Amino acid sequence: MTAMKTRAAVIRPNGGRGSHDRPGASRLGPASHRREKMAAERDPPPPGDAGQARFGEAEDGEDLFVGAVGALESNPSSPEPASLPAEDISANSNGPKLVDSFLDDDPDDLFAEATEEVSLDSPEREPILSDGPSPAITPIMAPRIDSTLFDQALEEEEDNGDTFDICISVSDPEKVGDGMNAYMAYKVTTKTSLSVFSQNELSVRRRFSDFLGLHSKLASKYMHSGYIVPPAPEKSIVGMTKVKVGKEDSSSTEFVEKRRSALERYLMRTVKHPVMLKDPNVLQFLESSELPRAVSTQALSGAGILRMVNKAADAVNKMTIKMNESDAWFEEKQQQFENLDAQFRKLHASVESLVCHRKELSLNTASFAKSAAMLGNSEDHTALSRALSQLAEMEEKMEQLHMDQAYADFYLFAELLGDYVRLLTAVKGVFDQRMKTWSKWQDAQLMLQRKREAEAKLQYANKPDKLQQAKDEIKEEIVEWEGKVQQGERDFEQISKTIRKELGRFEKERVKDFKSVIIKYLESLVQTQQQLIKYWEAFLPEAKAIA
Amino acid sequence: MIIFVCVVFQLRSVSVDLNNDVSLLIDIPDALCERDKVKFTVHTKTTLSVFQKPEFSVPRQHEDFIWLHDTLVETEEYAGLIIPPAPPKPDFESPREKMHKLGEGEATMTKEEYTKMKQELEAEYLAVFKKTVQVHEVFLQRLSSHPVLSKDRNFQIFLEYDQDLSVRRKNAKEMFGGFFKNMVKSADEVLISGVKEVDDFFEQEKTFLLDYSTKIKDSTTKAERMTRAHKNVADDYIHVAAILNSISAEENTALKNFTFLQKVEGRVASDQELKLTELLRYYTRDIQAAKDLLYRRARALADYENSNKALDKARLKSKDVAQAEDNQRQCMQKFEKLSESGKKELTSFKGRRVVAFRKNLVEMAELEIKHAKNSVSLLQGCIETLKNC
Repeated sequence: MTAMKTRAAVIRPNGGRGSHDRPGASRLGPASHRREKMAAERDPPPPGDAGQARFGEAEDGEDLFVGAVGALESNPSSPEPASLPAEDISANSNGPKLVDSFLDDDPDDLFAEATEEVSLDSPEREPILSDGPSPAITPIMAPRIDSTLFDQALEEEEDNGDTFDICISVSDPEKVGDGMNAYMAYKVTTKTSLSVFSQNELSVRRRFSDFLGLHSKLASKYMHSGYIVPPAPEKSIVGMTKVKVGKEDSSSTEFVEKRRSALERYLMRTVKHPVMLKDPNVLQFLESSELPRAVSTQALSGAGILRMVNKAADAVNKMTIKMNESDAWFEEKQQQFENLDAQFRKLHASVESLVCHRKELSLNTASFAKSAAMLGNSEDHTALSRALSQLAEMEEKMEQLHMDQAYADFYLFAELLGDYVRLLTAVKGVFDQRMKTWSKWQDAQLMLQRKREAEAKLQYANKPDKLQQAKDEIKEEIVEWEGKVQQGERDFEQISKTIRKELGRFEKERVKDFKSVIIKYLESLVQTQQQLIKYWEAFLPEAKAIA
Repeated sequence: MIIFVCVVFQLRSVSVDLNNDVSLLIDIPDALCERDKVKFTVHTKTTLSVFQKPEFSVPRQHEDFIWLHDTLVETEEYAGLIIPPAPPKPDFESPREKMHKLGEGEATMTKEEYTKMKQELEAEYLAVFKKTVQVHEVFLQRLSSHPVLSKDRNFQIFLEYDQDLSVRRKNAKEMFGGFFKNMVKSADEVLISGVKEVDDFFEQEKTFLLDYSTKIKDSTTKAERMTRAHKNVADDYIHVAAILNSISAEENTALKNFTFLQKVEGRVASDQELKLTELLRYYTRDIQAAKDLLYRRARALADYENSNKALDKARLKSKDVAQAEDNQRQCMQKFEKLSESGKKELTSFKGRRVVAFRKNLVEMAELEIKHAKNSVSLLQGCIETLKNC
């Protein structure tokens, strides 16, 4: 195992950074999990792909390297962003180099290691943990392997069917009904070549509560297994009331547009999740023309109140459960996501401030334009007067430009950040679920122990007549609880596995999302600047003409 | 507290139509800012014999400039001239308040954010500082290029006297008590519009100046708000960039974008401030100075008319006729002198104004184009990098 440690450390491109011991050590956890997964997934052979035909060590080798690239993309403290991103992620090209390192390893050994990691604090790891690793280094290690491993898993799943090709758009908001019972109906169009769907192009009408209903179903089905269920857009009583009441002003159109856009993003995010995509609820939502009304999503319904109570109970439980985190990976990840959550909230606030200021700029530009026009009128020097009027006209155009940019700031940037703030809450929820699962398992263990103690006590009891009956009872209970303990352990391992996968997917998606949004945002800025150039270049001769 | 020492500036954002007479050259090569007080170093180079030395420097405070201005305004002889507007008091309130807020909020932001904000604020302090120096400098240069005002004795004392002027200042205050000034301010509009105008030129000027004055004041306020909002947008990019930085390395290139976006937007905002807002501010004051001239002339006209009436009355009563005639003649002379010189001043004022506006608008347009082109190329570069990685 030590041999593996150092070898792995050598491969890692950033192995030279800081402590060599730490990287090796922390990798034990995920590596072992990975091996375990390998064993599990070895059974259904991934189709076609030559790179994946090589099981076991070879796959690991590729993963390791590819993982390096993947994690770099998603990791803040990666030391060499410049060199690696350019490299080809394809498993094939990197395979041969790394295969050798693992060919010698005995898979059985690693499996033994695997089970150790999960339940107990490995003695090897304690000294390392107590070194107090710098948070900068450790996060690099673990996710690197996992995200790509699970990327490959994802690709496997995708390869099973068609390539991921689905595009959902939400459009044509229409007000249905009148007064307080009115609601907005949106057209949901799905364009896809995936075989799960009955047609290539589907169109249905849905209302907001339908979306909430879908989310609620998915959440109750998947959240407790550790899946990150994309959160639905938030309700807004104020916003909706305005629309219902029929106020046709810009704020209600803005509200509807904001909601439409949010619903679209929600659906896209949901179908991007390979597990959700196959869920019958999702398919039904996208396909069937009639959907049973989701009443339980109303805030004040019985189900709504039940939800609130459960949430409160969860919060209390969270405070009382003190999980013995044996897996440093989870500890790091949890910390990482706490930090990320705080950062995103701050960023969201900053971008909202940016939007607000830009809108203010637009308004101030407009009022300056008017004032400049008046000044131009008042000016008695003809050429200057004309130039001032031109300035006023130009500033008016700038006002619109600034406003458009503010909208871009908002829809591209701020809304995305808002989505991620909510998503991160879902991610944190997933950690909580794992904690609950662990707690259940521990409780089962405790119960089992008590039963065993009770059995032991019976051995020394002095009531021979009741003894046999009690002994049998106890024996039954012990068997029952042993089963529960095993189930608990399995559940815990399962959820841990799922979470690792989910987090890897999340990181990958996040990076993609942000990159594409930032590119779009920068492009919008370029457009604005180019427009500015046009306006000023048109004004310049006017200014020069002042004689 | 911030202390700026020995700042040298080249800026001349608000142009003043200076003649190329080199017999009296004045500039403010450096200044010191201590707490609230700014100490300007007024440097003079001259070929005029009225001065003791060909080149000399004296330290002056803002209050000294005000004293000089007020003295000139209250000098009867100059009633027919547009006295260059007094420079406004140095106002560090805005950056100081921001600095205070920044100090309070230090805990909530990353070190990088804090450093950047601090840099921005220091730049703002510097900008305010530069502006105030420049506005004081322009005031003196207007005086030195004016054929009449440059010969003013008090002006020469201001330039040359190497002792503290505060004693003289106190004396002046006691003499005039600021009474005249206050009266001017309040009676201004009423008197000017009330007096019946005999001269077409002045009639036009009056209408024009009264209207223009309101409009330009309004434009100045609106421009100030606009540039302030622009600055806020620029500052927001600091925060955005800082947080993006701590989130991911992938977006590092994007970050450099946001950092430089802030710089570019910041520069656009400050250029706009200098070329547009400062221009409007300056001419709002200058228009006021022109209006003051109109007021003095209107008062002289009123006096003239009154003296005519008094003369008629005296002739009717055959009492003190000589005295009344004398008075009337004096008033008439004063009025005519004011009208003549006033006409010249107002005409050259218009010319000056047009030239200044042209220069600043052209410069502003050119700078905006430059910044925007810069932005475009940098942004496009970063987009390419992001797309490729």
